[in-house]
Amino acid sequence: MATREFLFAGFGGQGLLFSGKVLAYKGLIEDKNVSWLPSYGPEMRGGTANCSVILSDEPVGAPIVLTPEVLVAMNLPSLDKYENTVRKGGIILVDSSLIERKVERTDVDVYYVPATKLADENGAGRLANMILMGKLLSVLDEYNEETVSKALEKCISARHADMLDLNRKAMEIGRNYAE
Amino acid sequence: MAEKVLMKGNEAIAEAAIQAGCRHYFGYPITPQTEIAAYMAKRMPKIGGTFLQAESEIAAINMVYGVASAGKRVMTSSSSPGISLKSEGLSYLAGADLPALVVNAQRGGPGLGGIQPSQSDYFQATRGGGHGDYHMIVLAPSSVQEMAQLTIRGFELADEYRMTAMILADGTIGQMMEPVSFDFEIKEAPAKPWATTGTKMARPHNVINSLYLNAELLEKTNIERYQKYALIEEKEALAEEYMVEDADIIIAAFGIAARVSKNAVNEARASGIKAGLIRPITLWPFPKAVFAKHADHAKQIISVELSMGQMIEDVQLATQCKVPVSLCYRVGGMIPTPDQVYQAIVEANEKGGK
Repeated sequence: MATREFLFAGFGGQGLLFSGKVLAYKGLIEDKNVSWLPSYGPEMRGGTANCSVILSDEPVGAPIVLTPEVLVAMNLPSLDKYENTVRKGGIILVDSSLIERKVERTDVDVYYVPATKLADENGAGRLANMILMGKLLSVLDEYNEETVSKALEKCISARHADMLDLNRKAMEIGRNYAE
Repeated sequence: MAEKVLMKGNEAIAEAAIQAGCRHYFGYPITPQTEIAAYMAKRMPKIGGTFLQAESEIAAINMVYGVASAGKRVMTSSSSPGISLKSEGLSYLAGADLPALVVNAQRGGPGLGGIQPSQSDYFQATRGGGHGDYHMIVLAPSSVQEMAQLTIRGFELADEYRMTAMILADGTIGQMMEPVSFDFEIKEAPAKPWATTGTKMARPHNVINSLYLNAELLEKTNIERYQKYALIEEKEALAEEYMVEDADIIIAAFGIAARVSKNAVNEARASGIKAGLIRPITLWPFPKAVFAKHADHAKQIISVELSMGQMIEDVQLATQCKVPVSLCYRVGGMIPTPDQVYQAIVEANEKGGK
């Protein structure tokens, strides 16, 4: 992996900035150069939110991801907006419990995960984001239990330490999900 | 080495300021720099410092004037429209020779403009901003690590030269998270025998003032201040040079524009174009010598800015128009893409040149 660019997109409140941060921290723990950039426009208030994450062996240049290798889409407007920006041969992860349509591109790998439904069924109500992250890392063959766990510890404050296990569980659900 | 942590650029500024010994922060919230105030609000009470949300930007800068007069390290932060409000205070700080750190996380203007990143306060920052003959030391970070590093450097320079240092950042660098290590050797603040700390009946009063009704005396203080500025221009100008030694096409860019440009330079090199980047780290003093040095071998310089062309004037002055300088820009909160900059390089390489 020289440089890998990720775009996480969905509604504000789905935890996309958080899952992006976990990915960035995992990269940092694995000694990679990383950057994380949120959208901070007025659209965040009740509308769409997205965040760019770059992991690289080289110093990161522009932190804005315009042509992602990986797109994680958690609502239809995001898929509509970013589907065509994904690089050829890239990956699109779709929360299929929130997005009914299929991806039209045929030159990318697509994974449909009913993450919001899985979260509800497994008592991990708000952790669809982490289910998708689990699936993503497994697809990329980057699911390293040790660094994932350390990254979660960095991103979840001591005050919410009781959420650690639930996050780990959500990621495992995603990791083991097969369509 | 200290452990690296992921932090937003704005938070890195706040943490670095605390590590530099700043215990007094005054501000008024404005996007995209509010994380600085939030961080200060959380930390200052725990370490015996002052966090105060003032009733306005103008109040905040005048509180800075007060603490600076008492000889303590002090800062405020804002974004473009808020900095305009502070401009009177910036001029007074200069007129009273007070050290302070001011952060501007720029957003699109003029007027209230927008909340997305911009670099269009370059003139305002490098020419002083307020009224009268004066300068501020202007530092332009382009990474979260530099947000921290230049904050510390800003406090040091401000104390050393008794003047305001400004961190001229932008919304993107403020909002992005990157690994940062707080592994700094921090110089202690020098003695400040001029500060108004109470005479204890042992010395004459110190007076902090910017009013000089005697024209001859005011002229003399201005001239002396400019002698100090000349020394700073000689000693403190700083730039990063990236692949410029043999470059035909040189990009001039700072902050977020420099990061975008670095991608474009790498792409140009990969396609056989000799491109390079000069990234001013100090905007005032402007790194004139670095530009002068490369003016002879460059065919063209492209100034990449999030403004309608402000730094380009300093590039032209520094190179004495020996080499054509063109502009590549986006404004209003938009950011040039690496591809836009790359296309500008290709075009300059094909038909540019002296």
